[in-house]
Amino acid sequence: MNGPQEAGRSCDAWPKVEMTGLDTVWFYVAGTLCNLRCTHCFISCSPDNRSHGMMTLQEMHPYLDEAARLGVREYYLTGGEPFLNREILPILEATLRQGPATVLTNGLFLDQLTCRKLRAIADASDYSLDIRVSLDGWGPEDHDRIRGAGTFHRAVKGIRALAEHRFLPIVTVTEAAEGVGGIDGRTRFLELLLSVGLSRPRIKILPLWRIGAEAGRARGYESWERLSSDATTPEGLAALQCSSGRAVTTRGVYVCPILIDEPGARLGARLEETLRPFGLSYGACHTCYVSGVTCRT
Amino acid sequence: MSSIPAALSPRRAAFFGGVYSNSHALEEAIRDARRRGAEALFCLGDLGGFGPHPGRVPAILREHRVTVVQGNYEDSVGHDRPDCQCGYTDPRDNRFAQIAYDYTLANTPASCKSWYRSLVRTLRIEMGGRRLLLCHGSPRRQNEFLWRSTSPVPFLERLLRDYEADVILCTHTGLHWGRTLPSGGQVINVGALGRPANDGRTNVWYALLSVGAAYEAAGPAPLAVEFVPVAYDHERLAREMRREMLPEEFVETILTGWWTTCLEILPAREREAGRF
Repeated sequence: MNGPQEAGRSCDAWPKVEMTGLDTVWFYVAGTLCNLRCTHCFISCSPDNRSHGMMTLQEMHPYLDEAARLGVREYYLTGGEPFLNREILPILEATLRQGPATVLTNGLFLDQLTCRKLRAIADASDYSLDIRVSLDGWGPEDHDRIRGAGTFHRAVKGIRALAEHRFLPIVTVTEAAEGVGGIDGRTRFLELLLSVGLSRPRIKILPLWRIGAEAGRARGYESWERLSSDATTPEGLAALQCSSGRAVTTRGVYVCPILIDEPGARLGARLEETLRPFGLSYGACHTCYVSGVTCRT
Repeated sequence: MSSIPAALSPRRAAFFGGVYSNSHALEEAIRDARRRGAEALFCLGDLGGFGPHPGRVPAILREHRVTVVQGNYEDSVGHDRPDCQCGYTDPRDNRFAQIAYDYTLANTPASCKSWYRSLVRTLRIEMGGRRLLLCHGSPRRQNEFLWRSTSPVPFLERLLRDYEADVILCTHTGLHWGRTLPSGGQVINVGALGRPANDGRTNVWYALLSVGAAYEAAGPAPLAVEFVPVAYDHERLAREMRREMLPEEFVETILTGWWTTCLEILPAREREAGRF
């Protein structure tokens, strides 16, 4: 249960987030297409999920132009798996001409040639390029159970290739890795990254959103996992990423990168028409608010 | 937002950032700026943290009539808040940030705290017909980081538009940079006097802005910006830090020019340029 109707309240009853100005734009460059079928994916990406399609560079240009007019500060390229998109490198070049970019990947396509090209693109830009690679656990036994056989070693190989090309990848880990959220768990994870060859490890820990595949792996949202106006503060609402970000897919512009499978979260076809308040009616909104998380780097 | 005092329209002015209790670098920077003809001196906040004896810097600033904008450190220390509001999530970064903050809070005289609370968050001045907006992090948030590699041109044009300024001056990151934009607007991060710029050199930096010689004839134009390196007695500072039992990691930064702590906040580009 994620949507507002199931929770039995009208949309007017939810706390609203004001749009303070568009700082962040997420591009679903691979749509919901992925080479993996992770059991915790909040939008159930897979090799055959075409509910959001691949974005072409041509499709992105109007959004990039609009983003420049609106003074956007940073860009994220995600999916699905961005490196499935045959135009990913030209897309990245075009994005980096305009501002800093982060690519979110499972790391399986990060071979030496790709990393060399990424390094050249990064060096040619005035702006920062971050690569975020997902690892889900302390070793193959955890990671592969979620992401598929053999994926841990392949992801680690990709991380090493990035490091060999002077990148400092951010390794993203979800709380599916038991205990990673605490200081001990974080320290242990940093040690893991040092052991696989990252001399300056950077990590980002994300909660699990109980939607998509994750609702089947663990559980969906309970009806009480919703926000109410009397339990939120203006400062807490202003810190949410939906106060300053939007997500673009081939189907339009959504309030955030988490809710692209919710029809009520599609706010328009162009960025400019989506810069309005949003009612936090979804279970996923509860996770963002309570955990204080942002998908940003 | 404060109004513009009419007297604040210098032809040449020095802008200091992030002093972090480095009184020796501050004194040297003031001498240097005066020597270079600065008519006015400004400090964009974060007077304490990292270094020793946080009571010294406020006295120097007042003695030399440096106009000060409040940083997040002054907001935190002035209000006895529990931390510096830099927002680290990495446990190691948090531990070192807390050591610096707790030391500064405990050793800041009460008279300084009341002064900190009275400081303005932004200040507007004029130079050569250009409207300057002085702030700590960004005009919109005291603790927002404006790094060079993550502050693209369209975003900076938006800040200048939204805040009706021709030039924005900020600090907070500890690394100096400047951009002159297609509109002619300028955004300048003045850097920090408190610790080196993570480049393996022990000097620190400030920004010197000057009105061009052609101003009277041609009218307002982008200001000349010079980032000035300041060499100071960093070994003396290191000795004082050790006497105050401040972390050896902080001392190492002063002695080597490489940042050793609070690295989490650096974007990829700036982090890649450092050693740690």
